[in-house]
Amino acid sequence: MIKAAVSVPPAGVIEGYRQVAPVIEREGDAATVDTTGVYFQQLNDAIRRLVADGVTTVRVTGANGQRYIGAGLRVPGVRIEVHGTAGNDTAMFMDGAEVEVFGNAQDGVGNTMSSGRVIVHGDAGDVLGYGMRGGRVFVQGDVGYRVGIHMKAYEKHVPVVVCGGKARDFFGEYMAGGVLVLLGVNTHFPEQPLVGGFTGAGMHGGVMYVRGTVEPWQCGAEVGITEACEEDLGVLRPLVEEYAEAFGEDAEAIMDGPFVRIAPVSHRPYAKLYASM
Amino acid sequence: MQQTFVQPEFRVRIDYDKCHKCGRCVQQCGWGVYDFAERPIPHDEKCRACHRCVTYCPAHCITIEKNALAFRENDNWSTNLVKGVWKQADTGGVLLTSMGNPRPYERIFDKLVLDACQVTNPSIDPLREPMELRTYLGRKPDAVQVESDGNGGFRLAEGGGMTNNLKLDTPIIFSPMSYGSVSLNVHRSLAMAAERLGILMNTGEGGLHEDLYPYQDHAILQVASGRFGLNPEVLGRAAALEIKIGQGAKPGIGGHLPGEKIDREVSATRMIPQGSDAISPAPHHDIYSIEDLRQLIYAIKEASGYKPVGVKIAAVHNVAAIASGIVRAGADYVYLDGFRGGTGAAPAVIRDHIGIPVEVAIAAVDQRLRDEGIRNQASIIAAGSIRSSADAAKAIALGADVVAIGTAALLALGCHLCQSCHTGKCSWGITTQKPELTRRIDPEWGAERLTNLVHAWSHELQEILGALGVNAVESLRGSRERLRSIGLDEHTCRVLGVKPAGM
Ligand code: SF4
Ligand code: SF4
Ligand code: SF4
Repeated sequence: MIKAAVSVPPAGVIEGYRQVAPVIEREGDAATVDTTGVYFQQLNDAIRRLVADGVTTVRVTGANGQRYIGAGLRVPGVRIEVHGTAGNDTAMFMDGAEVEVFGNAQDGVGNTMSSGRVIVHGDAGDVLGYGMRGGRVFVQGDVGYRVGIHMKAYEKHVPVVVCGGKARDFFGEYMAGGVLVLLGVNTHFPEQPLVGGFTGAGMHGGVMYVRGTVEPWQCGAEVGITEACEEDLGVLRPLVEEYAEAFGEDAEAIMDGPFVRIAPVSHRPYAKLYASM
Repeated sequence: MQQTFVQPEFRVRIDYDKCHKCGRCVQQCGWGVYDFAERPIPHDEKCRACHRCVTYCPAHCITIEKNALAFRENDNWSTNLVKGVWKQADTGGVLLTSMGNPRPYERIFDKLVLDACQVTNPSIDPLREPMELRTYLGRKPDAVQVESDGNGGFRLAEGGGMTNNLKLDTPIIFSPMSYGSVSLNVHRSLAMAAERLGILMNTGEGGLHEDLYPYQDHAILQVASGRFGLNPEVLGRAAALEIKIGQGAKPGIGGHLPGEKIDREVSATRMIPQGSDAISPAPHHDIYSIEDLRQLIYAIKEASGYKPVGVKIAAVHNVAAIASGIVRAGADYVYLDGFRGGTGAAPAVIRDHIGIPVEVAIAAVDQRLRDEGIRNQASIIAAGSIRSSADAAKAIALGADVVAIGTAALLALGCHLCQSCHTGKCSWGITTQKPELTRRIDPEWGAERLTNLVHAWSHELQEILGALGVNAVESLRGSRERLRSIGLDEHTCRVLGVKPAGM
């Protein structure tokens, strides 16, 4: 491979952001990065450099949709605080760090994430947790479409997504593992259904817990809905407690439920679909 | 059970006069065709015509014949169509098959011929003169800065604008085939050969097994819709990353690796549970537009330290506009997979009826990128199906930078194109995870055969270049003036940018 400098377009403006280094204030192992109007490449480059330099807490201020914050970060114990709106693919491919967003997050939070934790003090967009295979994501409020899609568990890695509000269509689509929780307690849409249609469509592993009622018409053909049993509540309790602690809520009130469990009826839903030629 | 109407496709004939009764055929057949009762007794209906038993019978006394049952002549209802209806009436299932589209669509490569120098421009003897096949895969900058090297020459200035490129010693690489669809020994063979040849193998969507880490600089890692086997560590290992949007054999549809093929090793590499189906959704659900594609390209770049990121698509009707979008989205290469590309499993209806030939896709994409002034921003890899060095040369002349071979590579490892990979019982130990079959491929042997094949094709490419009177494969790229068509219709010639022979 020819190694050469990455060609970063000349300092200028892309999509309304300036391609300049953000202003950084460092105090010991913490640093504050003011990203107001700064392009994502320069922001994330600054974060990576700070982490490589031993900084363990990075406070990003002025975030306004910059993408990929924390993407691919592999340093456990590192904490990134985002003040403002975290952009698409926040914590994508992340492996071990923690991102806490004080604001909303856009689409693709925790996309293909391996481990670590994301906390969003607000709402989050579509495809949250796509292909996630470990780590935990907590969203205080509502989430968009196709959340938890194709989450998958593997050996000791069990991804967890807890959403405090309501979710749109295709919640937990293609899920192959992990735990997906929907609480319905913090929502902007009180009169809408808890969860949209096609919930668990194509699901073939893992489990979903929803606080409230879910009707069969809201679900894909591959899942069954049952009342959560003691064992289920045992799985839920620590997750609800972690949610409550993150957002200052009352865990006991949430645990009052009732919860339903949505799980696949087969881990090989399409085994009979084909005839060999 | 009801009697099926579908009669055996092949007849296994054994010349019992010559047979040693050694039983080797019983042991060699992956599909369990033979019983043994003093002598081997074949069950024709199970035979796939893979010729494993034929090859290893010490007495050379087995032949596989077509079961040529006569039907009343009917050009409309081919035997295959009739059998398909019967099979589906038996099962209610989607007909599943494998390998590339076998149907008799026009093969454009076979109707193109290359030029040679005569009198007015000397041809070159590649055995005695330098003949450059080296190819750099990736985005080329609009301009670079050079500086004096102090010895009267020049070198690229530090930070002179060059982008990360992958160096290939020959413009032939291995196409993506996932561990899971093929065996680990096949992956090892490909990886070892890629290293020896100075080229690349491609993991397909099943992740990079740790045994391949020593060869990681020669591996492209795929990011497909199932996101199997991906974490920042492996992203950091691979030489390049490839977003798989589509595959020539099954454009627009996802994939299932059946649970029975997911053993412990496959599950560890894919990072999924053992025994449950590995389902790849049809689309990436974070890509519904070119803008979304750009988002994923840059996510991968951010997470991998700005390695080259390519995008693989199936050649479909609107391929030129799609490729232009892919390049503008920031891809370092566009991988075009024609409708004859192979697969480990695909519904026959999709494999046989969707997509377009790679020849027209290459020409259309190359022309579009040139017209838009962005051809330098990405390389073009062409595949599906490159069957010989002649196909490779023609693909390059049509505008490809690099060709990728899958089926040809498997042929080198013993594949006999029996189109039964989806059964997971490949007698040749290629598309199976059964240990008694996979150990039939010794990676060292496999790597040597693959190396031989690519060396041979590279020599042939050099011969072709010599005949054309050029001394570097770069000079052939997109040089459609050096191609002529024999018997292609006017419209196809226009799309290809190729004149008819004689003009
Ligand atoms: S399937 Fe292959 S090995 Fe088995 S009998 Fe037929 S040709 Fe021989
Ligand atoms: S391998 Fe050949 S010689 Fe041996 S039993 Fe089979 S048919 Fe006979
Ligand atoms: S890989 Fe094996 S099963 Fe597939 S076509 Fe080749 S010989 Fe047949």
